[in-house]
Amino acid sequence: MRPELAIQSLRAQIERIEGTNRRAKAVLPFGIPELDTRLPGGGLALGALHEVAGGGNGAIDGAAAALFSAGVAARTRGRVLWCITRPDLFAPALAQAGLGADRVIYVEACDDKTVLSCMEEGLRHGGLGSVVGEVARLSMTASRRLQLAAEGTGSIGIALRRWRRQTEAADFGQPTAAMTRWRVSVMPSAALPVPGVGRPRWLVELIRARAGDSADFEMEACDDTGCLALPADLVHRPGAAEGWRRSASA
Amino acid sequence: MPVTKAQVLVPGLIVEDADPAADAEGLDRLAVWILERIAPVVAPDPPDGIVIDSTGADHLHGGENAMLDGVIGRLAMSGIVARAAIADTWGAAHALARYRTRSTIVAAPGHGPSIIAPLPLEALRLPSSVSAGLRTLGFGRIGDLLAQPRAPLALRFGPEIGRRIDQALGDLAEPIKAIRPPDLIEVRQAFAEPIGAAETIARYIAKLVGQLCERLEERGFGARRLDLICHRVDNRAQAIRVGLATPVRDVKRLTRLLCEKIDTIEPGFGIEVMTLAVTIAEPLERKQTHSSLVEASFPDVSDLVDTLANRVGERAVYRLAPVASDVPERSVCRIPAMAAETGASWPGHWPRPSRLLPQPEPVETMALLPDQPPVWFTWRGIRRRVKRADGPERVFGEWWKRDAELAAVRDYFRVEDDAGERYWLYRAGDGEHAATGSHRWFLHGVFG
Repeated sequence: MRPELAIQSLRAQIERIEGTNRRAKAVLPFGIPELDTRLPGGGLALGALHEVAGGGNGAIDGAAAALFSAGVAARTRGRVLWCITRPDLFAPALAQAGLGADRVIYVEACDDKTVLSCMEEGLRHGGLGSVVGEVARLSMTASRRLQLAAEGTGSIGIALRRWRRQTEAADFGQPTAAMTRWRVSVMPSAALPVPGVGRPRWLVELIRARAGDSADFEMEACDDTGCLALPADLVHRPGAAEGWRRSASA
Repeated sequence: MPVTKAQVLVPGLIVEDADPAADAEGLDRLAVWILERIAPVVAPDPPDGIVIDSTGADHLHGGENAMLDGVIGRLAMSGIVARAAIADTWGAAHALARYRTRSTIVAAPGHGPSIIAPLPLEALRLPSSVSAGLRTLGFGRIGDLLAQPRAPLALRFGPEIGRRIDQALGDLAEPIKAIRPPDLIEVRQAFAEPIGAAETIARYIAKLVGQLCERLEERGFGARRLDLICHRVDNRAQAIRVGLATPVRDVKRLTRLLCEKIDTIEPGFGIEVMTLAVTIAEPLERKQTHSSLVEASFPDVSDLVDTLANRVGERAVYRLAPVASDVPERSVCRIPAMAAETGASWPGHWPRPSRLLPQPEPVETMALLPDQPPVWFTWRGIRRRVKRADGPERVFGEWWKRDAELAAVRDYFRVEDDAGERYWLYRAGDGEHAATGSHRWFLHGVFG
């Protein structure tokens, strides 16, 4: 047997064991080649669980992580189920990230356990585009259940990790069955030539991706269709941007 | 008191003949109204009360307190002043509702006799001759009576007094004979041998739902609210109530919703009769499904909404809809999850924070008046230097809602600190006139 064939048959065998070939692997690309090439399959896997948390203070308020999740959810088709324990999500901001008021159904649960069971119910249903749940603790068992539920239907599950105290955020390192794990931290926005705050920037860290490498990106926050963007000075390389800035100020 | 005397005391007094029959009829109507909205087991308690078995129903209303407040509030809106109490027994709840001044009382489960001990004797539902006789003997409160030996009391006043005390304490069962409206769609299953296992109950639920759906189909109705009442051999009833967002006649879906609640049934020594009733039925209209040529809207998720609503409560599953208001906390309202799509959205020209604090939190700042953003601010003990800022966005008070907001002004700023964290701050007041606000600063939201 030739070596390529052996590797292919091994891959097929592993896929059979993993059970991922039950449905065609569909992905939701970010539309940014730098980001998509780092993800296995060229985008965020549909029918899988993904974990998103905020960095720094974002571990508690989860503001940037919520917008990141809203951007992903906005680009899926169908309604979105958003399970929360603390009702401090501001819907107009989600609408500005492309997730309109008619699309989101909120479920306000009293504890993490109920959030997880509601998420599972939503993922098993199949009529939803994505299911977002704000949870603090996510055990291996719970994440495995969510992952299996998502695999069966093709909805994206997003576990938005959000803790009460900064010290509890260490929990984010614990292994889970999620397909990818993201950390979104805020960064200073691009300087504008006039006083004011520019388009928000995030440091988007892909901490873990199953069958992929970790990476981090400096991104501009979601626009009104939920799409991220690379900062302009990175697209045109820093040297060119500096030159532009010099000529503009000269 | 003669009528003439009352008329002298109160000028313009309206006098009407007492009509006990009409009162009882009104009470029945009110009981049916409560049956449809609140709980599966409801009975009129003449002359002036309604008794509700709220077991298995409070989850739909967000807890016992919220349920009572809701009932009292809705009755008040239709001009009925009422008081309500929840207790372990009918007797105790009856006494608390009538002889306490608060409009709603929820006694802790397992409260024991101490909660009714300080109430007057009349609260025990005794004939007036008996309570008058007891007062003559020097008894004033229920607590005085509880400590007494029963035999002499029974000898003098009959067995009624002991029965009422036992009922109030829960030593004697007091079944509620639930009111059944005449046009109720109901199916019933009696068992030769009492059943108790969860699987058996599930099997009979499926059987009953099948029969019920046939009955519904005859009339062209779908169920909006379903009540399953299990009568146990010890003459107690266990109830499950299931609410639905849209009328449904699907056997599988209704069975699943009911079966999810089986673990809340306590079969005790066994269930001998199960009744399944549609408390609210609505016409089920046939709808044309979309063909592939028409652009399909979102898939139907009403069954998921029903499942979740029965798990966490009807009020906890919602959508948020825009309200035309510039005040951020008033710009959002909750609507039922299956409400019609409006297509409306919020005006999108100003960035809005993704987290809005439930209460604006006061911050210490240093800022130039009247319209400069703060140079720094201290929130939750951490001082942050403001590097960039946008604003002000001026929000005027809504004087058409509250008089106090006639001059009120908030100036919102979006600020970014050294680390890149973006916050939404506002100053109460326009920076010039003291009438517009306190000129203190608040943090209202966190941007992503």
